[in-house]
Amino acid sequence: MEDTGNILFSGVGGQGILLASEITVYSLLSAGYDAKKSEVHGMAQRGGSVTAQLRYGKKVYSPLIEPGRADIQMAFEMMEAVRYLPYLHEGSKVIVNTQKILPPSVATGQAEYPENVLDHLTERGIVVVPVDAFDIAREVGEMKTANVVMVGALSAFLPIESTVYEDVIRARVPERFRDVNLKAFEAGRQASK
Amino acid sequence: MTKSNNTLWMSGNEAIALGASEAGVKVASGYPGTPSTEIMENLSTYEEVYTEWAPNEKVGLEVALGSSFAGGRALATMKHVGMNVAADPLFTASYTGVCGGLVIVSADDPEMHSSQNEQDNRNYAFAAKLPMLEPSDPGEAKEMVKRAFDLSEELDTPVMLRITTRVSHVKGVVEKGEQSTAHAACGINKIPGKLVMLPAIARQRRVVVEERMNKCSELVETDPFNRIEDGDRSKGFITAGVSYLYVKEAFPDAAVLKLGMCWPLPEKKIREFAAMVDELYIVEELDPFLENHIKAMGIACHGKDVIPNQGELNTAIVRKAIDPGSVPPLFEPIEMPNRPPNMCAGCPHRGIFFNLSRMKVFVSGDIGCYTLGFLPPLSAMDSCVCMGASVPIAHGMVKALGEGSHNKIVSVIGDSTFIHSGITGLINTVYNDSASTLVILDNRITAMTGQQHNPVTGYNIKGEAANAIDLEALCRAVGVKHVYRVNPHDVVETRKVLKEAVELEEPSVVISEAPCVLLPEMKERKPVSYFTNQENCVGCMSCIRLGCPAISWTSFAEGEAEERGFRAKQKGISKIDEILCNDCGQCASLCKFNAITRGEGK
Repeated sequence: MEDTGNILFSGVGGQGILLASEITVYSLLSAGYDAKKSEVHGMAQRGGSVTAQLRYGKKVYSPLIEPGRADIQMAFEMMEAVRYLPYLHEGSKVIVNTQKILPPSVATGQAEYPENVLDHLTERGIVVVPVDAFDIAREVGEMKTANVVMVGALSAFLPIESTVYEDVIRARVPERFRDVNLKAFEAGRQASK
Repeated sequence: MTKSNNTLWMSGNEAIALGASEAGVKVASGYPGTPSTEIMENLSTYEEVYTEWAPNEKVGLEVALGSSFAGGRALATMKHVGMNVAADPLFTASYTGVCGGLVIVSADDPEMHSSQNEQDNRNYAFAAKLPMLEPSDPGEAKEMVKRAFDLSEELDTPVMLRITTRVSHVKGVVEKGEQSTAHAACGINKIPGKLVMLPAIARQRRVVVEERMNKCSELVETDPFNRIEDGDRSKGFITAGVSYLYVKEAFPDAAVLKLGMCWPLPEKKIREFAAMVDELYIVEELDPFLENHIKAMGIACHGKDVIPNQGELNTAIVRKAIDPGSVPPLFEPIEMPNRPPNMCAGCPHRGIFFNLSRMKVFVSGDIGCYTLGFLPPLSAMDSCVCMGASVPIAHGMVKALGEGSHNKIVSVIGDSTFIHSGITGLINTVYNDSASTLVILDNRITAMTGQQHNPVTGYNIKGEAANAIDLEALCRAVGVKHVYRVNPHDVVETRKVLKEAVELEEPSVVISEAPCVLLPEMKERKPVSYFTNQENCVGCMSCIRLGCPAISWTSFAEGEAEERGFRAKQKGISKIDEILCNDCGQCASLCKFNAITRGEGK
C-alpha cells in the first residue's frame, strides 16, 4: 500500500463535486485505506469556486493537502483546473471535464475567459487528461451521470480494482439509476485510459 | 456506508450528533451557523432525541440548561459568534452547574470561510471557568462528546466542546459505540441553593466553581485524551485540535504532548513533557491560548513567535514556521477571472438590492445570503457587523445625522436574522423614534446555512408543521405604523414602494416576500424559462446590471452590429441561459424593449 495519496477536487458550486468525491472515498475505504476529506460549506457554495480535498493511505492525519503535493486533481471545469496550480507538482495528473462555466465578470463582458487555459498545465509538465463528461453522459443516456463519468475517469489512476467501485455504485445508487451509473462509470474509465 | 457494521464514514458534525445520541442526550437546541449547522440537522434524524432550532443561541443554551435542570442530558450548538449571543447564560450556568449533563459545542471558523471574524472561543472556557475538550478529527469528536457528558455530571458543570471548521466539515472514519445508560432519570429538582443565582447564593456557588475547577485540574493529569507520544526529543510539540494533525504530518518522529482536554491544563504533565525535550514548541491556531498559560507556568517555549496567529494552519505552514529551509518551490498561481459567490439565478434578494443600488441611500446590512448584495454589480451594502445589527446601526446613524436624514438610511435583514436579534432593534427604532426604513427579506427559510426552518416558516426542524409568526403583525404589534409587503421580482413596483417608505418621517418596514429558489418546493416546480428575443435587444444592459448568473453579455465585433441588423452603435446583446433561468422575471420587469419573454417560443 502506498504511503499517502492526495486528490484535489475542484469546480463550481452546484456541480456535484461532493457526491463524486464520496463514491471515490467509499471505494478507497472498501479497499482497506484510511481516508480523510475536507470540504467547505456555507458562503463558498453560492456559485463560487469550490474544492474538496481527499487524502488516503495507511494512516491519514491531516485532512488538508499541502501545496505542491496533490497527485491528482479532478477538475469539473477548465478554469478551475488551473486556479489551484500551487497545489500541483510536475507530473501531477489533472483530469478535467472540458466544460466552461462563465464567471460573472466574463458573463457581463468585463473580462475574457482565458484562451487555451489548459496550456498553463501542460507547459509545466503536468499531465492533463481531458474528459468530455457531458458528451459521454449524453451517450450513456443520462446527463446527470456526468459526475460518475468523472469518477470513472479518476478510477483509472487509483490503485483500486474497478469491481470495488462497481460494488460501491450498486450499494449507493437507487436501483432504477444503477445500470446507467455503472455504464457511466465504465465509459469514464475508458475515456481516461 | 460502512466498512464493517461499526465503522462509519462521517463528518465531525455527524460524529458529534452520533456521540450525543450514544450519550443519551434528551434535548438539543441550537441556531444554524457555519460550521456548526449539521450537528443539529443530523441529530434531528435520531428518533429518541428532542431537537429544535432556537431563534438564537442564547435561547438555545437556556433551553438546554432547562433540560439539564430537569435531569435530561442536553446539548447546545452554535458557531463561534453565536457564543457571544449565548454568553450571558453561559457565564452563570457555570455557577448553577447541572443536573443532567450539559455540553455546549462552539464551532469556530479560523480563516473565516463563512464568518465575519475569527475569534478563538477557547478563551470562553477560561473566562467562564468551564472544562473544555478539543477533538482533532471526527472519530475523536464522537468520543469526546460522550466523555464531555460524563464529565459534566461528574463535576457538576457545563462542559465546552470546541471544534473548528476542519473538524466539523472533515470526513473521517468513526467507530460506532455503545449506548450509554448511566445517566440519571428526569424529574423536578428543587435545589434553590444551587439554581437561584441571587448574590448571596452566587457568592457560595463562586466558591464551588473554584473547587470544581481544582478537581478538574487533577483529573486532566491522567485523562487519556491528554497523552505524551514520545519520539525525537530535540524538538517537542504541545498541540491540540487540528493543529495536532499538522504537527504529526510535518514532524512524524517528534515527541508530542497531545492535549484533548484543553482547559483546565494538565500542569504536571506539561512540566514533565517540557523537561523531556530540548526545545518546546506550542502549535495552535489563532490565539496563543496554550502558549500564554504555559508561559505563565514559567516554562520557556516557542509559539506565536513563529506560528501565525491569523487564519488556519496546515502542514506546510507548520513545517515552514519551524524548519524554514524545508519548503520546496511551488508553482506560482496564475491570475484568472475570479468566481466569487453570487446570489442564485432567480434569488428574490436581487430585486431588492438592484433597487437599493439605484437609490441614494446608505444600506445597513446583516448576516445571511443577502450579504452578497455587497458584491458588484449590485454593490448595495455599506455595512455589516453581526446578527441583528443592521437595524440599530441604521437607527444610530439617523440619530447622528439628525434632521433630514430620514430618507438616507435603509437597513436590510433576513427573516431568520430578524427573529434572531433584529426585532429588539426594531422595538428600539419605534420606541426612540427614528425614521429609518427596514427591509425584511422574507424568503421563508434560513438560506445561507443550507435551508433550515425558523419561527416564520411554519415548519420545525423535522419538517413538521409548526406555529408560524406573522411578520407584518409582529412589526405592527411593536408599533410600526407603515408596513408594506412587496413582491421583489416585480422590480419596478418594488422601487415605488421602497421610495414611498424611505420618504416617510416615521419608522417603516418593507417586507419583501418571495421564497428562496433553493427550497425543495421551488426546485420541484418546473420553472418556465425566460428567453431573449434577441432581435428586440438594444444592448441597454438593464438586465445585465442585475448580475444574474443566467444572463450573459456577448460583445459585437467591429461591424457585427450592422451585419446582424442592429444599430451600428450597439455594443452587444444579452442572452438568457434557459437551463440556469429560475423563472423569477426580474429581468423582464426591467426590459423596456420587449426583448425578454417568458416561456412560449422557447
